[in-house]
Amino acid sequence: MFKAMRASDLLKPRPEGLYCPPGDFFIDPVRPVGHALITHGHSDHARSGHRSVLATQETLDIMGLRCGEHFAGTTQAAALGETLDINGVAVTFHPAGHVLGSAQICVEHGGMRIVASGDYKRQKDATCLPFEPIPCDVFITEATFGLPVFRHPPDHEEIARVLKSAAQFPERSHLIGAYALGKAQRVMRLLRDAGYDRPIYIHGALAKLSEYYQNQGIDLGQLEPATVESGSKADFAGAIVVGPPSAFADRWARRFPDPISCFASGWMRIRQRAKQGGVELPLIISDHADWDELIITIKETGAEEIWVTHGREEALVRWCELEGIAARPLHLVGYEDEGD
Amino acid sequence: MNRFAELLDRLVLTPSRNGKLTLLTDYFRSVEDPDRGLALAAITGDLNIAAVKPAMLRALVVERMDPVLFGYSYDYVGDLAETVSLVWPQPQGHIPDHVPTLAEVVGRLQAASRSDGPRVLARLLDDASISARFAIIKLVTGGLRIGVSARLAKQALADLGQVDVAEIEELWHGLTPPYTALFAWLEGRAEKPRSAALALFRPVMLSNAVDDNDLEKLEPTDYAAEWKWDGIRVQAVCEGGVRRLYSRTGDDVSGAFPDLAAAMNFEAALDGELLVGDPREATGTFSDLQQRLNRKSVSPKIQQQYPAFMRCYDALQIDGEDLRALPFTERRKRLEAFVRTLDPGRFDLSPFVEFSDWETLERLRQAPPHPIIEGVMLKRWDSPYLAGRPKGPWFKWKRDPHTIDAVLMYAQRGHGKRSSFYSDYTFGVWSGPEGSEELVPVGKAYFGFTDEELKEIDKYVRDNTIERFGPVRSVRADRRNGLVLEVAFEGLNRSTRHKSGVAMRFPRISRLRWDKPAAEADRIETLQALLD
Repeated sequence: MFKAMRASDLLKPRPEGLYCPPGDFFIDPVRPVGHALITHGHSDHARSGHRSVLATQETLDIMGLRCGEHFAGTTQAAALGETLDINGVAVTFHPAGHVLGSAQICVEHGGMRIVASGDYKRQKDATCLPFEPIPCDVFITEATFGLPVFRHPPDHEEIARVLKSAAQFPERSHLIGAYALGKAQRVMRLLRDAGYDRPIYIHGALAKLSEYYQNQGIDLGQLEPATVESGSKADFAGAIVVGPPSAFADRWARRFPDPISCFASGWMRIRQRAKQGGVELPLIISDHADWDELIITIKETGAEEIWVTHGREEALVRWCELEGIAARPLHLVGYEDEGD
Repeated sequence: MNRFAELLDRLVLTPSRNGKLTLLTDYFRSVEDPDRGLALAAITGDLNIAAVKPAMLRALVVERMDPVLFGYSYDYVGDLAETVSLVWPQPQGHIPDHVPTLAEVVGRLQAASRSDGPRVLARLLDDASISARFAIIKLVTGGLRIGVSARLAKQALADLGQVDVAEIEELWHGLTPPYTALFAWLEGRAEKPRSAALALFRPVMLSNAVDDNDLEKLEPTDYAAEWKWDGIRVQAVCEGGVRRLYSRTGDDVSGAFPDLAAAMNFEAALDGELLVGDPREATGTFSDLQQRLNRKSVSPKIQQQYPAFMRCYDALQIDGEDLRALPFTERRKRLEAFVRTLDPGRFDLSPFVEFSDWETLERLRQAPPHPIIEGVMLKRWDSPYLAGRPKGPWFKWKRDPHTIDAVLMYAQRGHGKRSSFYSDYTFGVWSGPEGSEELVPVGKAYFGFTDEELKEIDKYVRDNTIERFGPVRSVRADRRNGLVLEVAFEGLNRSTRHKSGVAMRFPRISRLRWDKPAAEADRIETLQALLD
């Protein structure tokens, strides 16, 4: 098919982020810009200070919760699957399965269609809509776990290990480190789905977002603040506590009896990584695609060309070469690895 | 297989001893024979499987995937067994009909011929989950390295059956995997297994440290005194032509000391200390003894230069007669007569230390006649030989430790209960010419302080951090700033591995010297003077 447009004229990396010259907007810019399209609410993708922001309603809500009401000049909610015209460029948001409100952004102009995945995963997740593969010419993929060693097991098996350990060590508390947006709520929901019905204690950093998830109809059960006021050391015996990973190395963690430190992250696949972090019970639960999910997604989009944003791009580019798919790294800066 | 793999995964990351014991006993309780017995054998190192070399493992995997992608993966993970377990491609459309049991895996590996081995291994990996692949590779590459000693595994068995660990140790060398009779006994389903095997280990009698007020309650005439030799406590057992030299925990160490084992031509079980040198002339120092430790093979030259001998403490059995119930006085008489019949270059008697009152003994203890003596032992004349550490019959009264003042240099976060505390401390002393002194690290300690002191040091570390590397913080330490720690230690060895050239034995924090300026901490020369 004739393409009136070259892919690199429709989207190109700039220091601020991925830029669309005909549409005059950026996707997930890391610096303040005029028009920003935002895939999801994690702080490295959703920054404050843009003149206008287009994102799903959930992402706008989450940005408001995290950055304050006036995080952008103007905002516009994008409905999933509905195409908008931005300066002649057709833009459609599709679910990405990463966290609540996360979306891929499909950009189409002059017969050229590019899909920017943002962050995504393919494992089922009760806290957000599942990823939809969108046929396209160019697929821009993340590669956080872009190495064949990263193979995420089914999340319910990982949660079963926490519950088994809690039964084995009823006198100790289990501290689960989980990123405050998305991972924490997914872990809590998985605990509920596995039949855990005791209160879950949460670190203060999780309170607002967890309440938001609950208001969106995602049932997390009874959550209690993990404060010293809410109980003495003995009251936390046998408790499951969820908080941001950084808090567990902090003095905050001292209120719990002989805690078993758990960490929910795709990095926990690597034993040495768990060991260095003092993690006793690694939980391989990730909101990013693992190696198998990355390559199946690339195949499903049917894209002739793959651009790799952040992560371990060299292995994924190598795999594409072996498969006869054109691929190149974009070298975008400013995006963080999960849980680092 | 999956339960064994899960057990390994948990044990590797569980730092606390009690946590490991819980995991082990739960496993032994919930897993059936013969899997649990094979797991036990794998942990204690008693499972015999032909080893697969790392190069073979690598060859197997690059036959199945792009070598460049394997290279990226291995570079990232850093451990071959783990990398292979993760990247191993499951054959297209291959769905294993069932998860193999540990017994099936071990059976297939043991039945494989040398040339067949790699193919059998590959088939097993095809059928296994990621964790199970890791466990299988660990089984065939030898050495699980999961931080569980044979002794700890035996303690878990003792917990399972509510019996004394000494009973298990005494039985151990007569048993073979998968230990079905042992588990049956521990679960109360059968009699204690009787062993027909010869030259078994007998659980060792241990002593308690003398506390501050112990001595005034004790009558000097009730006790014999001997020097406490700082070698390796061993038990030499010969029965019906079988010779075994056991460590204190019942591990067979005969292989490391073939020279001593060759001289064991008697029918007896003797308790004593393994030392080096010729007992008729001179006893070697601890540094000499070190030449014989942790070696895979002992060359004839080393055996000649540092010959091993045994200084005998006690006789548990002589010519088929069990002496353990007799009083020490009687056992000692038999021992004295018996040792006279042995090779005098390989066996001698631990001499008594003559004393009439505790003050005399204290003076002797403070000035022992040989550097490898670390104190005195007190043994009640009327005590039978009892397994374990009974309170009362035997005491150890150690020489006071050495101390130095060192400066805290690095602090590392602890594990488990201490994971929010900086509780492992690297400390250094001054070296270099006056005016340009530098701290050189001399050791690392993670105990000796109270919980209250730990909080204080932790706060100090957080307030004085100058750099971070992962779980380690570098703490401000120069002539004007720094926390001085009084460090107690048992002895000092030369070390080529440490920049300072010395390595401390058993260092611990004895006092926090908040009052002492960093510049007044000790110099490296103070330590060098202690090297023997």
